[in-house]
Parts: sequence; C-alpha cells; structure tokens
Amino acid sequence: MYVAVKGGERAIDNAHDWLAEERRGDPEVAELSLAQIREQMALAIHRVMAEGSLYDPDLAALAIKQSRGDLIEAIFLIRAYRTTLPRIGYSDPVETGSMICDRRISATFKDAPGGQVLGPTFDYTHRLLDFKLVADGEAPVADSAEPQTENIPRITDFLNRDGLIQTETPSDATPPDMTREPMEYPANRALRLQALTRGDEGFVLGMAYSTQRGYGRNHPFVGELRIGKVQVEMEIPELGFAIKIGEVTLTECETVNQFTGSKTEPPQFTRGYGLVFGQSERKAISMALVDRALRWKELGEDNMGAPAQDEEFVLSHSDNIQATGFLEHIKLPHYVDFQSELELIRKLRAEAMAATQKEAAE
Amino acid sequence: MSDYNFAYLDEQTKRMIRRAILKGVAIPGYQVPFASREMPMPYGWGTGGVQVTAACLTPDDTLKVIDQGADDTTNAVSIRKFFENTAQVDVTECTQEASVIQTRHRIPEEPLTEDQILVYQVPIPEPLRFLEPRETETRKMHALEEYGLMHVKLYEDIARHGHIATSYAYPVKVEDRYVMDPSPIPKFDNPRLESAAIQLFGAGREQRIYAVPPYTKVVSLDFEDHPFEQMKAEQDCDLCGAGHTYLDEVIVNDQGGRMFVCSDTNYCATRCDAGHRGRLSPEEDAA
Repeated sequence: MYVAVKGGERAIDNAHDWLAEERRGDPEVAELSLAQIREQMALAIHRVMAEGSLYDPDLAALAIKQSRGDLIEAIFLIRAYRTTLPRIGYSDPVETGSMICDRRISATFKDAPGGQVLGPTFDYTHRLLDFKLVADGEAPVADSAEPQTENIPRITDFLNRDGLIQTETPSDATPPDMTREPMEYPANRALRLQALTRGDEGFVLGMAYSTQRGYGRNHPFVGELRIGKVQVEMEIPELGFAIKIGEVTLTECETVNQFTGSKTEPPQFTRGYGLVFGQSERKAISMALVDRALRWKELGEDNMGAPAQDEEFVLSHSDNIQATGFLEHIKLPHYVDFQSELELIRKLRAEAMAATQKEAAE
Repeated sequence: MSDYNFAYLDEQTKRMIRRAILKGVAIPGYQVPFASREMPMPYGWGTGGVQVTAACLTPDDTLKVIDQGADDTTNAVSIRKFFENTAQVDVTECTQEASVIQTRHRIPEEPLTEDQILVYQVPIPEPLRFLEPRETETRKMHALEEYGLMHVKLYEDIARHGHIATSYAYPVKVEDRYVMDPSPIPKFDNPRLESAAIQLFGAGREQRIYAVPPYTKVVSLDFEDHPFEQMKAEQDCDLCGAGHTYLDEVIVNDQGGRMFVCSDTNYCATRCDAGHRGRLSPEEDAA
C-alpha cells in the first residue's frame, strides 16, 4: 500500500550512489584533475570564486568537479563551506591603483597614460568553432613583455582634476558585512556593492541591460576597465604594521555617466563602480551600471520606477543561491497544504453549484 | 563530518542565533532579523529551522524531524541525518520521546509538553508579504500595528467567495500585538499554536526568527460574523479510524479511487498499534 511505503532513506542513498556514478561519466575516459579544471576552465573558476565569495582556485575547481559543471551548484558548495570558516580578521582595503594589469582599457579616451592594454580577451576573436582544439593541440605560446610595475593612473582621476566628475568622498567608516549582519534596507552603497559583487552574473547582467534599453537609462561609458593582480595586506596587531598575505586577481570597472545636474548637483559626470574576483568583465561592467542606477536618490535624480533603480527589488533577488533554493524547494512535498486547498476548492465549488441550481430552478 | 563543530555551526554563530531566539521569545510574534548562514542544504529547504535547531540542541537532546507530518519524507530524512552526523544526538520518530521537533507544514497531533521545543521551517515569514512586497513598508506596518490591509483582504475573500479563501499559512495575532505567519501549516493546525511547548520559527533565506512562548495567546484572524473554522477532509482515517486528525488524500488506483490517512504518521501508527482500525486496515491474522 502506497502510504505504508517507508523508503525515504534508502531512496536517498541510492540517488546519491547513482549521482556519484553519473558524475564520473564513462570510466573509459580519463578523469579530470583539479589542476586541469583550474588551468583550463579558469573563467568558470573565477565565477565560482566571485559568487561563492571565497578566493580559492583549488576549492573552486573541486566544487566544479563535484557539481558536474553546474556552476550555481558549485557556488553553493563554496558558500556552504565558507560558513564553517572562522573569521580571523579583515584585510586592509586593496589598492587597485597599483594593480599589475593584464588588461586595461578605456573607452572614453583614445589613449591615456598607462596605455591601452588589450590583454587576453575574447573581444576581437571571431566566434568560429576551432576544430583544431578537437585534436590534442600543442600548448600555444604568445609573445611576452615585462609587465608594467609602476602605478597606472585612473582615467576618472583625470576627469576629477578638472572637476568634471563627481568627487567620491573618502570614508574610513567600517563597511557593513552582509555575511555577518542581516540585510537591512535602505542599504548604503558599500552594502549594495557587496551584494552586487556576489550576485548572480546573469541577474546583474539582465538588470544592467535593462538600464541600457531605457528602464532607468544612465548613459554609461566605460571610463576604465582593468584586470590584474593586487596584493592583499593585513595589519598584524603583534607586529604593528601591515604585511602581504597574498595576491588576488580582480576585475575593476569604472563607468563615467552623463548627468545633466539636479536640484542639488551641478551638471557633471557621475560614476558607477564594479569590482569582482577574477577575470569577469561582463560582471564588473554590469555591476557598475546597476550601481549607478541605484544611486538615483543621492544624486537627486527622478525615480522612474525602473526595476534597476529599486534597491530592495535588485538586492533581494540578486543572490542565486537564495533564488535557486527557494525556486527548487517547490519540488518538495506540499501535499498537506495542497489537501487544504482541495478541501477549500471543493467547498467553494459545491456552494457555487448549489447557488446556480437554485437560480435555475427559480 | 567530525571536522565540524557540534551541530555544524560554530559557537559564535550559535550564540548569535540564540540571542535572536531570546529576543523573539521576549517579543512574541515579532520577526527578529538574524545573520542567517549558508547551510549545506538549499535555502527554502529548511535552513532557518536547521539553524534554530542547531542553536537549541544539546548532546542530551532527542530529535524528531517531520515534513508534512511524516518522519520518512525525503527532506525530513535528510535533515535528521544531518544532525545525526553533525551532532550525534539521539533521534526518534515518537513525538512524546522527542525534546526537539523540527517540522515543516504540520503541528504533531499529540499535544506537546513544557519539556519540548517545536521548530518550524518558514519560507516567507512576513504575513503581509503578498499584500505589500516591500520589507521597508511591512516593517513600518508592524511597528504601527497597521493591519487594516490584512482585514480588507480577508473581507474581500468573504465578499467574493463567501469564505476566507486561505486554507494554510492562515494569519494569526499573537498576544494581541503582532500579526504572524504560522508557516504553511494547514489552518486545521492553528488552534494548536496555543501550546505548552516553546515554538520557534526560523526563516533562513529571509533572515528572520520569531517565537511563540508557551501558553501564549494566539488568535486566528476572523470576523464576528465569519468566525475562524478548522478544516479537514470529512472522512475518518482509513488506517486507524481517527476522525479528529488531519488527513492526506491518497489516490490508490487508475480509477481515481482514494483513501484518507492521517498525515501525522507516528500518531497513526501508534493508534494502529493500540488496536484502532479503519476502513482499509489489513484483516487481523486468523490465528
């Protein structure tokens, strides 16, 4: 009899065994090593680190392997692992001005001090499947040059010098930590940027795209996009000074946005900002556009009712781990509630039918 | 799993959750924000309940986990296993034996005692959410005790359908102050929200904890001329014959044949063991 079946536990165990077998795929085919994933699926690694909020390429590779390439599942594994890590302390803010850039471009100037550096980009590749890669290829070797080690100036600093762009007021206030405190609205900009940088790439991209198509248009130019390594330093109280504890690859995007002025601000350019773990310029640019859209209030702009201007809407729905969990939970049994609905519908229908019959009889 | 702390969460996190629970107990029905952690099961699958349970468990506790009233539904099995692995606590299916019960969508039929904690998994803690999606607005409405919108909604139901068309997650008012979502339990269970046990509600994704302390007044919202009504299938349980329990309807054959059985599987099994019989009970062995 159906209701007497007690199979939950065994069913789960069997499902897990099957999943493990499927994950491995055909055993005749060589198994992927973490190093292969880390080296050859680097952009997937970067996305998992960015949205998992944990910079560790080897763990990200493990998560991707375990999740069979489902990146949201991999991000989930990283987030859950992250929960168990004790918080030792906070690093100093990273200095992206001294980034060793692999790539650095500006769309607002033809050339600028520091130069335009294309770096390893898909941008001008023709998207033709390269069937040479099907066969075991040789390892391609590109020409190399010494990296620029001196600080590369920021494009927005040039504009700032002339007073053409809104000055960001520096602050030493400790930013809120969304992984340690519950989200609160209204959120300040630091908190918004935290939520966006770990937000789902697709969601942030969609929101940014909507502003470009007119839902809260804010006329962005990519003032500067830079990708490269920065040092992470941490104050050690016993030493009394900061020491380098590691290096991370970051993508930073500063947009320059047209602004005709408002009641409180003169006409000037304004800024949007994106900063993401790894090489992920789609995400960094998207983040900068959404950041700018969310700043309408402080800049005295009109709220056009665009989705990307709505802080609570954007930030409450940007996290793919929250979203996928809640979306997929509707797979769980809901038969108790459904039963309640059944009883209600039957009751309402019976009454409606009775009323119709009575009307017909009259 | 031995690398993890007792009940998975580190002590700092548990302390933070306990603070939120204490605040919730002090202000019955009030949603306390807490810094919910990412758990190794998905949001929406009981992470709030799991965190509350983790913060309440001691090594001497006996844990029961149910989903839809049943101990053997897959997610209940999974959560029970999680705590067996990470906290090594005793587990049970017997309601009376449990000191902590984590539940999704039901309150056990057996009345709970002062020695028990009932932990609910909550998907959307905000009873006003579907009337006003903005957290910034609903928090204000609670602060000002501005619940007119909810009454208008219930009134519109009556005007349109003749009844309040809410059959689960039926809103309640706690201790004459906060309107609270009792989680998606069928409204059949609402009267049992007034209990001797402490009731804790955890919403992980929405980062909220709230509580109904023992013997707290909990009133299902209604009108004088349309009083709150409990609702269940009219049948008796086909296995144990109970006429007073919440029943699941199970389709048993291609002709649409149905049977009705207690959703609380432990309660039903206990009654069957005690000799109660229903319409479809197996024949007694002719010894």
